[in-house]
Amino acid sequence: MTRKKRRLYMLGLALLGLGSATALALTAFQDNIVFFYSPTQLQTQQVGDRNFRLGGLVEEGSVQKTPDGLTTSFRVTDTAHTIDVRYRGQLPDLFREGQGVVAEGKLTGGVFVAREVLAKHDENYMPPEVSEALKQAGVYKNPAESETKTAKKE
Amino acid sequence: MKNPSPGVYTVDEPSASRGLGPLIPWCQSTNERRFFLTEIKAKPLAVRHTCAYIVRKPDQGHLYRGHRSMHRFANPARFLRLSAVLLPWCAGATVILTILGLWLSLFGSPPDYQQGETVRIMYIHVPAAWMSLFVYTNMAIAAACGLVWKHPLADLFAKAAAPIGAGFTFVCLVTGSLWGAPMWGTWWVWDARLTSVLILFFLYLGYMALVNAFDDPQRGMKAGNVLLLVGIVNVPIIKFSVDWWNTLHQPASVVRMGGPSIDPTMLTPLLVMAGAFTAYFLSVVLLRVRTEIAQRKIQTLRLSVAGDGAVTDGMQG
Repeated sequence: MTRKKRRLYMLGLALLGLGSATALALTAFQDNIVFFYSPTQLQTQQVGDRNFRLGGLVEEGSVQKTPDGLTTSFRVTDTAHTIDVRYRGQLPDLFREGQGVVAEGKLTGGVFVAREVLAKHDENYMPPEVSEALKQAGVYKNPAESETKTAKKE
Repeated sequence: MKNPSPGVYTVDEPSASRGLGPLIPWCQSTNERRFFLTEIKAKPLAVRHTCAYIVRKPDQGHLYRGHRSMHRFANPARFLRLSAVLLPWCAGATVILTILGLWLSLFGSPPDYQQGETVRIMYIHVPAAWMSLFVYTNMAIAAACGLVWKHPLADLFAKAAAPIGAGFTFVCLVTGSLWGAPMWGTWWVWDARLTSVLILFFLYLGYMALVNAFDDPQRGMKAGNVLLLVGIVNVPIIKFSVDWWNTLHQPASVVRMGGPSIDPTMLTPLLVMAGAFTAYFLSVVLLRVRTEIAQRKIQTLRLSVAGDGAVTDGMQG
């Protein structure tokens, strides 16, 4: 075996080892890398009293502003389970019903009290006219549906 | 380090049978030696004979021809000729595609149905993100060639490409942050995608620091190559982070199963900008590799001047 071949095989083996080690480490830390929990995951996940992030869709027709105009309450859903959320503060531009959302806070008495609400954008990009046309044709897919899929998969 | 006197220099070649090429006393590493040998071949005959470093095989008496397999492509002279032809075309393509791409993304494309005008940040952000991965992958391939085949140009390519890749990654992070502030409601979150791209940025910086941290450039290159190859595991993590884990960052829109989920009116400016970024990278990396080669030549000349004043007129030609 020439030196070059030996170096090539060594490199291949080293990369293989490194790749497997990384894959194992990432699988082991799976739960810590997850940025948010979906309502379904929360049914089994013990979160206790600590802060965590909740992700899902803002349920259609669930957004309500309190008379003081600062507090918003809405429901986050992944179509299988739903959780009530209360948030006091300013909402991001993309926050709207049917849209993905990630809220950070903690559960108090069954209600998720959020400290921060982030809007999650989906992978669909189109001009307003196209989205209108799609809606009228009835083939419009809720932009957040693909997210629900991934959320349910978990 | 002994410097050769002008004229024909004969070296013993005890290692030639083992395929290592002739031992040249003033070359400290295999790469340096190969570089010299290809350098000699590139010079016109008249210059060759006045050069300080002509190498003869002692028994056969002709110029050493040490090019085997991979080293056909390692010839700096051939690279210089080829890059001189390619460079103007790449530079021209950069200018044309950038103008066209900017016009398309600023005026020639519609706003998004949800993000409005903010979507235009994507035309910079996404190509920069693609390039940051593309450049890194190329550097890692070059690092493998440098480590396994001792390819002298591969080392130079990786070194030349690093700052450009770091620049793309930085642009990607900054524009992403500018988009995230109004859209997500935050400048930065520690989700899997953003964190892995930040690690990529640090890999670029670490590589640049490491390569320059050694007195012997060859050792720096070697350490840098190892770092590049270790860091390659981060590339699939970045690409698939949005599919493997829940992230705030949206999943892929263009390179994904089931075709792009982006309207053609928006896909066109995105692809034109990606073309512009690629042409820009090619132009700058060609230019930087040429500069690296020129620097090596200057270094070689300096060394021979410093040795015994053996400068010849021919070498300046």
